[in-house]
This record gives sequence, C-alpha cells and structure tokens, in this order.
Amino acid sequence: MKWIIEFLLSSLGKKLIMSLTGLFLCLFLVVHMLGNLQLFLPSPEGMPEGYVFNMYAYHMTHSSLIKIISYGNYFFILLHALQGILITVYNRKAKGGKYQGKGVSDTAAKMASRNMIFLGVLLLAFIGLHMYQFWAQMHFNSEMPVMAGIIEDGEEVKDLFAIVSVAFKQPWVVIVYLISLLALALHLVHGFWSAFQTMGLSNNKYGPIIRFVAMAYAILIPLGFATMPIVFFLFY
Amino acid sequence: MAHENIKVNLYVWRQNGPNDPNAGIKVYSDLEINTHMSFLEMLDVLNTHIIENKDKYPEGPVAFEHDCREGICGACSLVINGRPHGPMQGTTTCQLHMRHFNNGDNIYIEPFKAKAFPMIKDLVVDRSSFDKIIQAGGYISVNTGGTPDGNAVPVPQDVSSEAMDAAACIGCGACVAACPNASAMLFTSAKVSHLGLLPQGKTEAAIRVKRMVSQMDNEGFGLCSNVGACEADCPKEISINNIARMNRAYISSTFTNDH
Ligand code: HEM
Ligand code: SF4
Ligand code: FES
Repeated sequence: MKWIIEFLLSSLGKKLIMSLTGLFLCLFLVVHMLGNLQLFLPSPEGMPEGYVFNMYAYHMTHSSLIKIISYGNYFFILLHALQGILITVYNRKAKGGKYQGKGVSDTAAKMASRNMIFLGVLLLAFIGLHMYQFWAQMHFNSEMPVMAGIIEDGEEVKDLFAIVSVAFKQPWVVIVYLISLLALALHLVHGFWSAFQTMGLSNNKYGPIIRFVAMAYAILIPLGFATMPIVFFLFY
Repeated sequence: MAHENIKVNLYVWRQNGPNDPNAGIKVYSDLEINTHMSFLEMLDVLNTHIIENKDKYPEGPVAFEHDCREGICGACSLVINGRPHGPMQGTTTCQLHMRHFNNGDNIYIEPFKAKAFPMIKDLVVDRSSFDKIIQAGGYISVNTGGTPDGNAVPVPQDVSSEAMDAAACIGCGACVAACPNASAMLFTSAKVSHLGLLPQGKTEAAIRVKRMVSQMDNEGFGLCSNVGACEADCPKEISINNIARMNRAYISSTFTNDH
C-alpha cells in the first residue's frame, strides 16, 4: 500500500492524476455534446417542441447507471481542479518570481500552456454558472415547467428545452458561453496533448498524431457546443 | 559586417550574498565592446572597467560562473534578456557572440531563478541539487576483472544515437531556469534516457528512474506542465521526448516491479 501513496504523492504521480482526470473529462465532453445536440432534433408528429431532448433529459435523470457516472464526473472535476490549483501554487513557489528581461522562449506549445490555471479557473466558474442554470433547475426547482400532456412511467416530463431556449435568448448568457468555450478550446489544445506526454505516450512517432487529434478535438468540441447558444439566440 | 565596436547598456542583477536586502538590477551604461567578443568576454571587460573605477563602483566586480568557455562543461549560466543562455538557438552563454547585439542595446543579465538553485552571489547560483540527482542514480554497474572487449556488447545504431543525443546534456540547468515551474524534468530525463537506453545501463534502469525522480522531487523542483521552454532554450537541444520516455519508465517501473 505504501508504494501507491508514494507514487500518488510523487511529482509524476500528481501529474498522472491531472492527465487521467483531464482525459476523463474530455471523454465526458464528447458524450455531453452529442446528448445536447438533440436539442436540434425535430419532434415526432403531434409532440411538443423539444420532445426528443426532454425525453433524453428525463431518462438521464432516471437512470441509476447515469447517476453513478455523474457522481464520478463531479468528483473528477473537483479533483482535477483542486490538484491543478495545488500544483500551480507549488510550482509558483518552486520558481520564486519572474525575470525582468522580457524575451520569451520559442516553444512549440504556445501561450495556453502557461495559462492553464487561469483558463481552468474560468472553466470552473463557468461550470458553476452552467450547473445553476440547468442542472439545479432540473433537480431542485419545484416550479419547473413540464411538457403539457406527456406522461412517462406515470410521471410528468420536465421541459428543460423551454429553460434552455429562454436562457439562450439573453445576450449576456450567449456571450459568457462563447467566452468560456474559447477558454475550453485553449485549455484543451494544450491539455489534450499534455495528458499523453504526461502518461509517457508521446514520441516522434505518435507525437504529431496526438497533436493533430488534440487540435481537431479542441476545435470541434467547443464548436459543437457553441452551435447551441448561437442557433437558439438567432433562430428560436 | 556592421561596426566592429558597439556600445551597450547592461542591466545586471547585483546581490551581495543570499539575503542581501539591496539586491536588484544595476545599470552599467555605454560600455564599449568589440562585436567579436563572446558574452563572457564582454563581462570580463565590464569587470575590468569596474575594478579600474573602484570609487565609482563600490559594489565591486560582477560574480559569474564559467569554465571551459567552449560550450562543453555546463558551468556558464545567465539569463540574458529573459532567456537562459541568451537568444541564440543551441548556444551556451560562453559561445554567444556580441555580433548578435546592436549598438545601443539594453541587455538584461539575471541569475537562473529556482528555489532549488539557491542564490550565492550576483549571477552565481548553487546548482549542486543536480549533483544530488546524479548521485541518486546516474551510475551503472560494471564487472570487475580484465578489460572487456569493446565490441562484445551489441548496440543498435538508432539506440546509440538516441542515447548520445541525451548524453549531450551538459548539466547547465538552463532547462530549470527557462521553465515557468522551475522543473528539472529535462535534465533528469536526459540522464535517465542516456543511461537507460544502453545495454550497459539496463541493469538498474527501473530503480534508477525511481531514485532520480524522487531525488529531483526532494530538491524542490516544480512539476512539469509540458510547456517546452526547456527544450527551446537548452543549449544542447535536448528533446522533451526524453521527458515522455522518463514518465513511461517511471510509471512502468512503479506498476510492473515487485518492489
Ligand atoms: C471541462 C473541463 C476540463 C477539461 C476537459 C480539462 C482537461 C485537462 C487536461 C487534459 C489537462 C492536461 C493534464 C496534463 O498536463 O497531464 C489539463 C490540465 C490542467 N487543468 Fe484542466 N480540464 C478541465 C477543467 C479544469 C478546471 C475546472 C481547472 C481548475 C482550476 C483546471 C485546471 C488545470 C490545470 C492547472 C492544468 C495544468 C496542470 C499542469 O500541468 O501544471 N482544468 N486539463
Ligand atoms: S537538458 Fe539542456 S538545459 Fe537542461 S541541464 Fe542539460 S544541457 Fe542544460
Ligand atoms: S563555460 Fe563551459 S559551457 Fe560555457
């Protein structure tokens, strides 16, 4: 047992926790995005607007498997954020200040790699806002609207679609979402590759492939999410 | 070629011992130097000037480190305009020439910054934490007895060149100085790779990586954020692929060994 603790407290062990939790969150983002894109699916004949998405949300909140995964997800976000903050504080102390000369090293990883904590804290604040807007309404708001005339397993189905469309009609919400998604893109463009480097999986052969996938992922995932506030703001 | 003689303004970090409350940048303006000089020769000129004008410069000559002055020993250091060993790719401070600077340039000269490299004086810091990392595992076991046949152990060409690339590390500490986290991963991984890749160093490869990493941690270096500043400023252009290789070796030695 002692060796596990020693490993987890070593510099490389601490970084491995960052990379594994980070990659778990990357996987989560794919599923979360695909699930939410159902906002755009047309309702079947005779069903109210947003039917497909609301039924999806209903089943997500009524499955014990999803419940377990989501608790894991909350835990990993908190672990990743806490570990990231602790590592950054430790690193700042190990450095002990900046140089007065202004030259900057010509690195392959650009400015994002030096600002992971800033981007991360922004993401954490965003996650707080986002969960308040939708997750907390779903779970705790007793006046949450329901889809008229739809009963599933003897229960009314909450109309999350309505909440989403109201939220995305407000310009400040759209702007905050787009800024946060830009921060996510920057966090990922470094983070995704960095996680593989930390796990020791990058070399001359795989490095370029990982960098390419990281770039594609960091563009496509935030872009996919961005379609939702933009399309709702402009067209619904 | 441009002017043979130029004037530069030097912004030099002066610190009289580890806890000098008056430590800070001091400006030496209009120093006339020849563009054929190396950076360290330029500092020699500065120090001569300081010694010849004792009354004007009570702080005395600037302390800095050097030895071979031909880019092979790793003794020279300095952060020049914010970059360890200055702006030229793959060049140590002693091999940096003043022809890369222009008349009237302001040049900032600071010591390597890292908690694990404590300040001694002016531009000199104590890099013996690197020696302790080497002592922790930078050795190989050899058989006693007669002189071994040099060709008895086959080493594939690509392995030997990878090991040689890593062995080019001169232990200067610029990677730590360049890193925003003062991480020593590039240095440590260069040593782990150089020894671990070759058959002679395989015997203790698994234990070496654990010992050297744990010594590195104990010395108080920061954690690697994979920024890559080390690789960009390393005078020997050591690749961060070595860092990935060391991570791999550390993780596998933790999970696949029985101790
Ligand atoms: C959707 C959310 C997030 C995802 C997908 C994500 C993903 C990642 C990944 C893959 C890494 C690379 C790990 C490595 O270098 O080995 C990383 C690093 C990092 N993350 Fe996140 N992250 C997220 C949210 C956050 C949050 C909320 C924080 C909060 C403070 C944060 C702070 C950091 C920091 C500081 C690092 C760099 C650690 C270092 O190497 O020094 N991240 N992230
Ligand atoms: S890796 Fe490069 S910068 Fe670091 S100690 Fe070795 S030679 Fe110097
Ligand atoms: S003095 Fe030896 S490498 Fe510069």
